[in-house]
Amino acid sequence: MAEVQAPDKPRKSVSFDPSATVVDEFGEVEEVTNGHANAEKDTAESHSAPGDKEVEEVTDSFKDLMKKKKKKSKTPKEGEDGEAPAADGEFDPSMLKKKKKKKTKTVEEEKEDFEAKLAEAGAVEKEDGEEDEEDGANDEEAIADEGDWESGTGIWGHDSTAPIPYTSLLHRFFEQLHKQHPDLAGLGSKSYKIPPPQCLREGNKKTIFANIAEICKRMKRTDEHVTQFLFAELGTSGSVDGSRRLVIKGRFQQKQIENILRRYIVEYVTCKTCRSPDTELSKGENRLYFVTCNSCGSRRSVQAIKTGFSAQVGKRKRQQG
Amino acid sequence: MSTEIQNLKTFDPFAEADEDTGETKKQEQSYIHIRIQQRNGRKTLTTVQGIPTKFDQKKILKVIKKKFACNGTIVNDEKMGEVIQLQGDQRKDVEKFLIDKDEGLDIDAKTIKVHGF
Repeated sequence: MAEVQAPDKPRKSVSFDPSATVVDEFGEVEEVTNGHANAEKDTAESHSAPGDKEVEEVTDSFKDLMKKKKKKSKTPKEGEDGEAPAADGEFDPSMLKKKKKKKTKTVEEEKEDFEAKLAEAGAVEKEDGEEDEEDGANDEEAIADEGDWESGTGIWGHDSTAPIPYTSLLHRFFEQLHKQHPDLAGLGSKSYKIPPPQCLREGNKKTIFANIAEICKRMKRTDEHVTQFLFAELGTSGSVDGSRRLVIKGRFQQKQIENILRRYIVEYVTCKTCRSPDTELSKGENRLYFVTCNSCGSRRSVQAIKTGFSAQVGKRKRQQG
Repeated sequence: MSTEIQNLKTFDPFAEADEDTGETKKQEQSYIHIRIQQRNGRKTLTTVQGIPTKFDQKKILKVIKKKFACNGTIVNDEKMGEVIQLQGDQRKDVEKFLIDKDEGLDIDAKTIKVHGF
């Protein structure tokens, strides 16, 4: 049946997935690699796709932090507002400044002195022109000049009463984050890349997933686990051939395998707490699987892979009675 | 407090550890699985497993068949219970139908798991 319709095949295989992959039914190796090279670009993009969502979530959670920060940094400020004009501005504010700095960021200890000095200088400058309403000007200045907060001038001055716009606070936050924790600020999925799956067609009805060993190694998972998941999701079966490649029954395209791998990664690889992919899957007591994160140390249980109902497809060979 | 404990009891994480492969999906009717299977050529099969027993599978099937213009059947599997089998890739349609408040079953989207590529 399938052999008879050979001329239609390429279209057919494409129709499973509207985005055309060049991998052709009769594809020579070159063709396949060509198609693969084309698809690789897609892969890189699409791999980052779920990452984006995660990044969004991360940024959301950071926003909360941001708000807290804002509140924290505001409270000492209000105190300053009352004090600074009254007391002599040279000594007091710098102390307060230090306190504030420590509250907001604890990492930057060495820089602090320098910054405090700078801030002091800025404060001195500021106090000269404190009376003549420089708030508006500073506002613009802050927006125009992003490095402003670092030296503590303009609206970032500790005794400035101007409200700091949210956007510039956000900007400041991300700049700090980039400086001090580049790995956190990085675009989420940037650090995590797995090679795109290589799919070859064996004959008419089988797909070879060539680089499963490499991918599993990268994810630090056993081949068996990944294979099990793949088969459960695809609703088929298959085997492993001599060179540890996976032979899957049925026709599948790289994109489809990729989709499933992505789901696998979300479910069994990434740490739900810190989103790090650096995790290990281990069988705990009671035959439950646990994912332990290597970077944050969290441990969570994951569901065992279940193969659901699979209908009888094809010949009814095993039917009795 | 007591309700919490009861909740803990209904979800027994060690239940499936007793059996080897953990096929005790039935213990909690929590998830509805929508799967796809490849048949010969470009043909596919959609299976819907785990629809709550309060719904009449036959009636659902009738509506679905009419709505999605496909044939289907109810398969009684000894492990998985009653499974609706539909011709063609109806995963999206079925999902929408299950969630739909007015015309569908008004099932929480979180309890539905769509498998496949």
